[in-house]
Amino acid sequence: MNTNYLPSDYLPIVVQLLAALGFIVGSMLVSHNIGPKRHSKKKDDPFECGIPTEGDARTPISVKYFLVAILFVLFDVEIIFLYPWAVNFLDWMKESREMAIAIFVEMILFMGLLLVGFYYIIRKGVLNWNQ
Amino acid sequence: MFPALLICLALAVGSVVVGVYAERKVSAFIQDRLGPMEVGPYGSLQLIADLLKLLQKEDIVPKLADRRLFLAAPLLIFTAIFAGYSVLPLSPDWQGSGASEGVYFLLAIVSFDILGLLMAGWASNNKYSLIGAMRAVAQIISYEIPLGLSVLCVVMLSQSLNLQEISYQQGIHAAELNYLFGLKGLGIDVSEVGGFLTWNLVRMPLFFIAFLIFFITSLAECNRAPFDMSEAESELVGGFHTEYSGYRWALLFLSEYAMMLLVSILGAVLFLGSWNTPLPNLGPLRLADWTSGQPGTFYGNLTGIFWILLKAAALIFVQMWVRWTYPRLRVDQLMHLCWKVLTPAALILVLLTGVWRLLMV
Repeated sequence: MNTNYLPSDYLPIVVQLLAALGFIVGSMLVSHNIGPKRHSKKKDDPFECGIPTEGDARTPISVKYFLVAILFVLFDVEIIFLYPWAVNFLDWMKESREMAIAIFVEMILFMGLLLVGFYYIIRKGVLNWNQ
Repeated sequence: MFPALLICLALAVGSVVVGVYAERKVSAFIQDRLGPMEVGPYGSLQLIADLLKLLQKEDIVPKLADRRLFLAAPLLIFTAIFAGYSVLPLSPDWQGSGASEGVYFLLAIVSFDILGLLMAGWASNNKYSLIGAMRAVAQIISYEIPLGLSVLCVVMLSQSLNLQEISYQQGIHAAELNYLFGLKGLGIDVSEVGGFLTWNLVRMPLFFIAFLIFFITSLAECNRAPFDMSEAESELVGGFHTEYSGYRWALLFLSEYAMMLLVSILGAVLFLGSWNTPLPNLGPLRLADWTSGQPGTFYGNLTGIFWILLKAAALIFVQMWVRWTYPRLRVDQLMHLCWKVLTPAALILVLLTGVWRLLMV
């Protein structure tokens, strides 16, 4: 198994990306060349179950979606911070007793603060979608 | 590296063909129908016929649509998901990229999908598309949190972000000793026994809950029923892909199935022993040795890819079974399940995994 990581380990990802792009471009070209191109007023209208289009599609959307997006940013950043900690915590625990206690207390503090925020959010009713 | 990449690409495309056929046959079986029967033996060439048909269709762009975003969205979704395949370990030696941050990369790829959905929904300039895209984004970003936390549990257990390293730990080729239920205190060494006893699911019995969380969130990430709010056909026509037609629609369709296989293989790698055999060595009955070859040999790779695909196929079957059994959730139920049930449960699991990991050394 490979344990010496090199930047070239990431090359296959780029190759795969290019292969996927190449597949799409190639098949789209075929599709464009053999497919019909006929325009009409009705066909180019946005689909609305056959009735005439009414108003603008980009209507205002409930603020709850926005709140969920903000919550996501908070929690996702927290999880990203947890990953390096999770990968290394065993080595740190083995290092010394003080180190073990220190990283444990730090993580409890971090999660505690976050959970206080989470409790606040729930009490504020941000997550009550059924009202 | 490159043979593995070729296998990955072939697998991704092949899986889609098999996946769509399987979905139609499974749904037909559940609803007491026959499913596709006309094209090829038992309708097995149906999808090829469908794709050829879609290839000849017109690529319609609505006049009011944001043309560039509209055209680019399926491209973005498709490329992102197919690039995700490159880090999956398919056997002891067949892995496209041996990147050390495989888990991280996959989580990032899964999130990339959202951008494409939002682009498609916004650019279509259609009411159904926009509502569908908004719902999809709210759902996927919410479920990303329990997903990230359940994967974090596995990362804590294996102390690595490399998917190949996580795979090696769960079988008879592990570098470290494996004890029953991961507990050194029990003193039962199972590193030679292997089989399902060294899977992460058994090494840490609480992972049954983590796996359940992972599975539920992976359904939501794929926009599969009962979490298909975004394309709820009874209220939103087609959701974010209402305006898409022809081959561009086919790309969106293909990426949905590719995503299903991606999360299924990821689930198999993280929880179900990856490419390791499920059969244990029982005394003179060397089932694990017989059903898995040594890493580096062709037989070892062949058995590896067989087991991982079998596990992924089983997971995909459950995904389909769920889709044709349960009704769709409402938006408020969806948010309740994610934020008030799965997220706290996953947070507690992370804590318990940390404690369990300390008992393992």
